Amino acid sequence: MAARKFDSKALAKGVFSILVFLVLWEIGSRSKQWIALDAFSWLRDMLEAFGFRSKYLPWIGAIPAPSAVLVAWKDVLFDAGYWHSWYMSGARVFGGFIAAMLVGIPFGLALAVSRTVHGIGFPVFELLRPIPPLAWVPASIIFWPTQELSIAFVTFLDAFYTVVINVVGGAKSIDVRFFQAAQSMGSSKADIFRRVILPGTLPSIVVGSAVGMGITWEVVVAAEMISGGGSQVGGTSGGGLGFFIWNSYVGGSYEQIVVGMISIGIAGYISSELLRHFGKYLTPWLRLR
Amino acid sequence: MSENHVPRPVVASGEIAVRGVSKSYGEAHLAREVVKDCDFTIERGKLTVMIGPSGCGKSTLIRLLAGFEMPDKGSILLDGQPITGPSRDRLVVFQETALFPWLTTWDNILYGPRARGEVTPQTLEFAEFLLNKVGLREFRHKYPTQLSGGMQRRAELARAMINNPQIMILDEPFRGLDAMTKELMWEYYANLYEESGRTNFFVTTDIDEAVFLADRMLIMTNIPTQVRAVIEVDVPRPRRLADMVTSDRANAVKMEALAILHEEAMKSFSRGSKAAADFVEAYARRSAKA
Ligand SMILES: Nc1ncnc2c1ncn2[C@@H]1O[C@H](COP(=O)(O)OP(=O)(O)O)[C@@H](O)[C@H]1O
Ligand SMILES: [Mg+2]
Repeated sequence: MAARKFDSKALAKGVFSILVFLVLWEIGSRSKQWIALDAFSWLRDMLEAFGFRSKYLPWIGAIPAPSAVLVAWKDVLFDAGYWHSWYMSGARVFGGFIAAMLVGIPFGLALAVSRTVHGIGFPVFELLRPIPPLAWVPASIIFWPTQELSIAFVTFLDAFYTVVINVVGGAKSIDVRFFQAAQSMGSSKADIFRRVILPGTLPSIVVGSAVGMGITWEVVVAAEMISGGGSQVGGTSGGGLGFFIWNSYVGGSYEQIVVGMISIGIAGYISSELLRHFGKYLTPWLRLR
Repeated sequence: MSENHVPRPVVASGEIAVRGVSKSYGEAHLAREVVKDCDFTIERGKLTVMIGPSGCGKSTLIRLLAGFEMPDKGSILLDGQPITGPSRDRLVVFQETALFPWLTTWDNILYGPRARGEVTPQTLEFAEFLLNKVGLREFRHKYPTQLSGGMQRRAELARAMINNPQIMILDEPFRGLDAMTKELMWEYYANLYEESGRTNFFVTTDIDEAVFLADRMLIMTNIPTQVRAVIEVDVPRPRRLADMVTSDRANAVKMEALAILHEEAMKSFSRGSKAAADFVEAYARRSAKA
């Protein structure tokens, strides 16, 4: 009961802070000035006194107000193309993410338990890792037969790195006493892998996948923008939310840009929550701390 | 299930002979000898307690007995056969808890039999028996982090005993428990040992623990460690703490052991060891209390 009470309080705080944010944004936007209120004009004067010219400063007044965004949102809400953008981005994120897990977890575990795999695989891995995923976009477009595959590949890449690093770190940090205990109780190597290394690494896999999921959303949107969203599937809406934003920008619909941004925020939040719940379900012993 | 029905398969107890064992860590001129020409026997069916100052090399000896590491020199024999690696013949209960955090009490206890694919109805019955024995029936579905320190140690004892090792090796298993829990654990453990009659090897720095539990006491020198003296603790079993406090024989053993430990500490103290100074102080305080 106490926990529930605390939760509703936290929820109220969260709603309150979002409301305050929206109100400030609305005021700032309607003021049509670079900083929300005249009350802040002293700040502008001060900055100008230091040589900052207001034309170099961000202009909140140029951003559509939340009310205008809401109206724009209402317009696309029943537009199948908008939801198709969600679907396309979501499919790419989950595709890339699941591929990263499927390849990354076994590869990470192999790196952690086998000296040979580590010796051969790790130098290459470490060499490729510092290359940011977006730098892969052009090469990826050339390399993969379809645009769709090249976006999927770039989406996959960074989540893969994150998962592998977490799996290796998690497996290496398992206390040696657990191995000794398992050995002295007669565990074979395969058994130790299944019953010590796997569960011992699971918390790191969960953390790694949560981080990986966040990265996947970042990358997919950028990749959709860069590649022009020109997926052959489904015309413009086949470009996903990233292209939805880009397209709105090109089309001059600033309200829709914000709609796209918020949509990505919501989509990212939902995927993280899903993952968090699944992670908790996988690691019940961590819930008790 | 009735208390006196013990569904335990009979397993021969083992005897371990340590012969001229030395072990160093570090390379070349940085090498430090931790165990030096060490000789002792862990006798069949007895509870042998090793007592020595902190950092003298007791855990190192245990890693050698368990087969996690190999001696640089000398040999360790289990019933005449050299030890080549870890085995369920020699189960180790560690200084800190090594219960698997991802398994419940029940699954932790059954780890060994499951790992070896030896789960039979008798095993489950024995697990049930041990769970009751260590007083954790209500906690079978709890994870280690949900157990108190004392409960964790008891779960670990059960997890070791279900494997019917030929010899149980315990490295300061009750260190860090509060005084009252510790005394309860001594009785629990002594009771488990007395019922099983299995070879046990128990390492401690606590003189009261040593005297209460031991059939034989090995008193160790400071690092590099060797056996300095062996005392037979011929106090009848089953033992109860209350009886031990008033037992003349137990007190005599304690005094004898303290005298040796003290002498040992003075020796290293005169060589200027800080650890030894702490040791002298700690044991002086203990003997004053006794
Ligand atoms: N793996 C190791 N590498 C280097 N030194 C070690 C290692 N293990 C133990 N030592 C040293 O050996 C000494 C004895 O350690 P240990 O066997 O743990 O003592 P005890 O269990 O009696 O307290 C310590 O001084 C420690 O620094
Ligand atoms: Mg130790």
